[in-house]
Amino acid sequence: MSVMSPRPESSGSRAADPGSAAIRIRGLAKAFPGHLGIGRKVALPGLDLDVPSGEIFGLLGPNGAGKTTTLKLLLGLLRPDAGEIEVFGLPHTAAEARARLGFLPENPYFYDYLTAEEFLDFYGRLHGLDASERGDRVQRALRRVGMEGRGKTPLRQCSKGMVQRVGLAQAIQHDPQLVILDEPMSGLDPIGRRQVRDLIQELKAEGKTVFFSSHILQDAELLCDRIAILEKGSLRFSGALRELLPSQIRGFEVTLRGANLENLPAEHLWAGEEETTLLVADAVELERLLAECRSRELLVVSIWQRRESLEDLFLRELGQEPGGES
Amino acid sequence: MSAPAATAAWSAIRAIALNTFREAIRDRILYLLLVFALLLIGASRLLSMLTVGSEDKIIKDLGLSAISVFGVLTAVFVGVSIVFKEIEKRTVFTLLSCPVRRWHFIAGKYAGLLSVLGLIVVVMSGALCALLALRGEAFLPLLPAILLIFFELAMVTAFAILFSTLTNPMLAALWTFVAYVVGHLTWSLELLQARMPEGPGRVLCDVLYTVLPNLEWLNVRGEAVRGALPATEHLIGASAYGVCYALAVLVVACMVFERKEFI
Ligand SMILES: Nc1ncnc2c1ncn2[C@@H]1O[C@H](COP(=O)(O)OP(=O)(O)OP(=O)(O)O)[C@@H](O)[C@H]1O
Ligand SMILES: [Mg+2]
Repeated sequence: MSVMSPRPESSGSRAADPGSAAIRIRGLAKAFPGHLGIGRKVALPGLDLDVPSGEIFGLLGPNGAGKTTTLKLLLGLLRPDAGEIEVFGLPHTAAEARARLGFLPENPYFYDYLTAEEFLDFYGRLHGLDASERGDRVQRALRRVGMEGRGKTPLRQCSKGMVQRVGLAQAIQHDPQLVILDEPMSGLDPIGRRQVRDLIQELKAEGKTVFFSSHILQDAELLCDRIAILEKGSLRFSGALRELLPSQIRGFEVTLRGANLENLPAEHLWAGEEETTLLVADAVELERLLAECRSRELLVVSIWQRRESLEDLFLRELGQEPGGES
Repeated sequence: MSAPAATAAWSAIRAIALNTFREAIRDRILYLLLVFALLLIGASRLLSMLTVGSEDKIIKDLGLSAISVFGVLTAVFVGVSIVFKEIEKRTVFTLLSCPVRRWHFIAGKYAGLLSVLGLIVVVMSGALCALLALRGEAFLPLLPAILLIFFELAMVTAFAILFSTLTNPMLAALWTFVAYVVGHLTWSLELLQARMPEGPGRVLCDVLYTVLPNLEWLNVRGEAVRGALPATEHLIGASAYGVCYALAVLVVACMVFERKEFI
């Protein structure tokens, strides 16, 4: 048994009731002092955020938005100027809170004189795992990140993506309830990204909470139950992805080829030598356009559904400036 | 501290110490030892050719000084970099996200480096004693001096770690050397104080004498070379002083590190 991760019922501390917040942030503020007070930089003016238990939560935002700063504050690597952070209802600096989370930093680097297995074993010890469980857990974690059979590789010889995977293994090997990942997909090839997405989904299926930051909106869109978009340290947007991105179709793009392409009942998007692309708003209009095509004997090259993607939302939300507000 | 918390602290500190030890070993610090052994053998050969009569004394003197110098160099250069490197390379981010308190980190780093130094001192002393034994010389009187060298290293290492939590390795190394040199000059404050008239100057002398490390107290190499053993009270007193002083410096290092932000 682990000595470091008492279950709430056995420790007698406040239990995390299911469905409650895994992370609760209130009024979190942080400024970087700069040199001699010059160049003081407010990274977070006052952030409120709730990450519900058992969900995948994506913290999004452009470069310099304050994502890493938020995560560092959450892990106690930075001290907040104001505000409070709770992890499973416990103060975030409590050892019990730490025992229940796993963390992968941005662009991780680990002791290059260790092999992957030795490194994971070291972290197993830090999490208070017994020698008897450590071996199995190390192998299981390596398997889960697609590094099976490569545990003897010195970290010095690992590629960036391999180090990233070992870091992920480190974050999950002690079976934490909450997994915090800063840019988990960066540095990975398409297969690696896919594996990490699958891993995050597996974690969710096991009832874990995953809180990660990312620039890669497609990944966030595929994965997240809930997102928050930060900009200049302020929350621009936050909510369930299902509600933010209604799945209804926002029109069809139809590409046609033929001789008579004039005055079709649709908005022209793009016209080439032989082909032209049109936009219609809904299925009824699409049917009308297709009927017209048949009568004119036009060739329908493709029909493409238009939905709002997270990227559209992101660009729309953040595109309202430059310098618009403030 | 409750029993499980104490167990947790102990296992975290041990894990960090072990990792530090491993780093030092794999960084081939211990090749220094080979250099030491060769140097010692070479020098003793040379000396036995040049001098008659007193070469054993010279070997003892040279050997003890070499243990001390090699030990101090390792303590300073490894000591100032081990904490800094973890911050610089950001390995400390993941480490401190574990249920590890910051003072566990400092204590583990310290314990790890101290084990490396212990190993270095043991191996070097072994080489020296073997050399003396081969020449039919008694080496037992050297052991108290070697023990006190180790406590001196414990103090120097504590300073190295303290300074490395405060500044970059270059400056930290400089400050640690300053502490080392000052530590060997503090005894002169006692003489100075005795000659001072009553007044603030004398009080200042007194305070400095008490606060500054007194490394000369842990130096009994002269007696050891002459084959004399230090008084038991001196040995115990000096050892206790070394341990307590090192711990006090380490507590300050933990306090500094506790307040640190990792940006
Ligand atoms: N050490 C520091 N000193 C001064 N300002 C800093 C420091 N670290 C971060 N900042 C500022 O805080 C803000 C937030 O930075 P942060 O690293 O949290 O952004 P991020 O959202 O993680 O960006 P990225 O997507 O590039 O990783 C930025 O404006 C940055 O300039
Ligand atoms: Mg970042």
